[in-house]
Amino acid sequence: MKRDRGRALGRDMWRDAGLVAGKDLRIEWRSRATLGQIVPFAGLVLVLFGFALDANRPTLRLATSGLFWVTALFVTVVAVQRSSATETSDSARRMLLLAGIDPGAIFVGKAAAVAVQLLVVELVMLVGVVVLYGADIESIPLVAATCLVATAGLAATGSLLGALVAGVRARETILPILLLPVAAPVLIGATRSFDDALGSVAVNGWAWLGLLGGFAVLNAVVGVGTYATLLEEA
Amino acid sequence: MNEPAPSVADQSLDSGTSDTTGSRTTFWLGLVVLVGVVGVATLGLFGVPADDVQADAVRIMFVHVPAAICTYVAFGLTAVGSLMWLWRRSVWWDITAHAAAEIGVLLCGLTLATGMLWGRPTWGTYWEWGDVRLVTTLVLFLIMVGYLSVRSLGGDEAATSTRAGVVGLVGALNLPIVNQSVNWWADRTLHQQSSLTDGKIEDLTLFTVLLSIGVTGLAGLWLIIHRFRIGWLERELRAADLHDALENQRLEAHRFRGPA
Repeated sequence: MKRDRGRALGRDMWRDAGLVAGKDLRIEWRSRATLGQIVPFAGLVLVLFGFALDANRPTLRLATSGLFWVTALFVTVVAVQRSSATETSDSARRMLLLAGIDPGAIFVGKAAAVAVQLLVVELVMLVGVVVLYGADIESIPLVAATCLVATAGLAATGSLLGALVAGVRARETILPILLLPVAAPVLIGATRSFDDALGSVAVNGWAWLGLLGGFAVLNAVVGVGTYATLLEEA
Repeated sequence: MNEPAPSVADQSLDSGTSDTTGSRTTFWLGLVVLVGVVGVATLGLFGVPADDVQADAVRIMFVHVPAAICTYVAFGLTAVGSLMWLWRRSVWWDITAHAAAEIGVLLCGLTLATGMLWGRPTWGTYWEWGDVRLVTTLVLFLIMVGYLSVRSLGGDEAATSTRAGVVGLVGALNLPIVNQSVNWWADRTLHQQSSLTDGKIEDLTLFTVLLSIGVTGLAGLWLIIHRFRIGWLERELRAADLHDALENQRLEAHRFRGPA
């Protein structure tokens, strides 16, 4: 009986998470922020890297993996800032709590919405690095797996830290200070994995997915465990 | 987990309230540390012979290795303190976490600086991006600097402690990656495997390293105790200020209404 109750609670959590993710994605879709602001921002960063490296194709091709994931980190900061701003304006966060939704589900929902946005941006960025940097994708499954697992880690960590700084006046500056070093393992692991997928360095990219997965799971667990306290206090 | 945070007044120190950060214990502890530092410096600089390969550069080990070990311990303490704040709302643990983080950042900076100084004569470079342990230690340093940034945000004390507590926990997740990185990515490091555990180190050198680890640990403890007491006194001061302000307001209201 206890097991049935647990299953029902789990089902409720996933349903609530789906509702929260749907709400965030609807807001993004209606405001066109991802397509109108975040995608152009990512494209701009990729173009600026081209200028910075003197439009040298061999150098750009060699550095594509790193530049791709540095851009993804910057995009995560912007996406998370937008996601947490949605909740801080008009006391929406308080309303979410009063709605009786499990805080863990709110965290999972918000992280899922951020992940979907990041995946859309990464898809556009992939086209960008192929066209602008002349990158060759040698293993599509590895690229897809890396994007999925690394994005899950970025979204989980970003959503957790986004909630943490939501009530702070200096949140625009403090979020990158917290998020960028914490997400460094993602940058290292995803870059190595992409190196293999793009054929720029001879490494076993699949081996790095374990690190990326472990990072995502750990941060998701901390997020689910502490989100209630953060929502109520921070 | 979500109970209101108790005030400092609700959780008094076992040793009683004092307006200084020192005590008889910390005096003797400080004295032991001072004697220990002199002992380590004498042995490290004059007693231990130069290494066959690294020559005198090996003496940096007597600062680098203890600082690295004590960094892990300090950040571990921050993680435990963060957990205890989030779980039990323990002000004592919260202040301990903050104190340990400050000392940990200091020791981590010392580890990185001495590591770079050691790397130049042995690896031929101050910084090696391919060395995972070096890079992850830097990442850990940056995370804990972020922790201190959160601590300095100000505003509501309990909210700041909660934010810092979560950052402390997330930072602690990085500790195993730092510690085990040599084993996980052994083909991508310039760091040698631990000389302490593989028995490659000579007797006097081993003794000096162990002594240095003990002395650095005690010095860290001494600093943490003092920083803890500063944190506790700061909280008491804020609580007393609030109490005085409330008392003044009550007196003013009483004067305004007149005696009953």
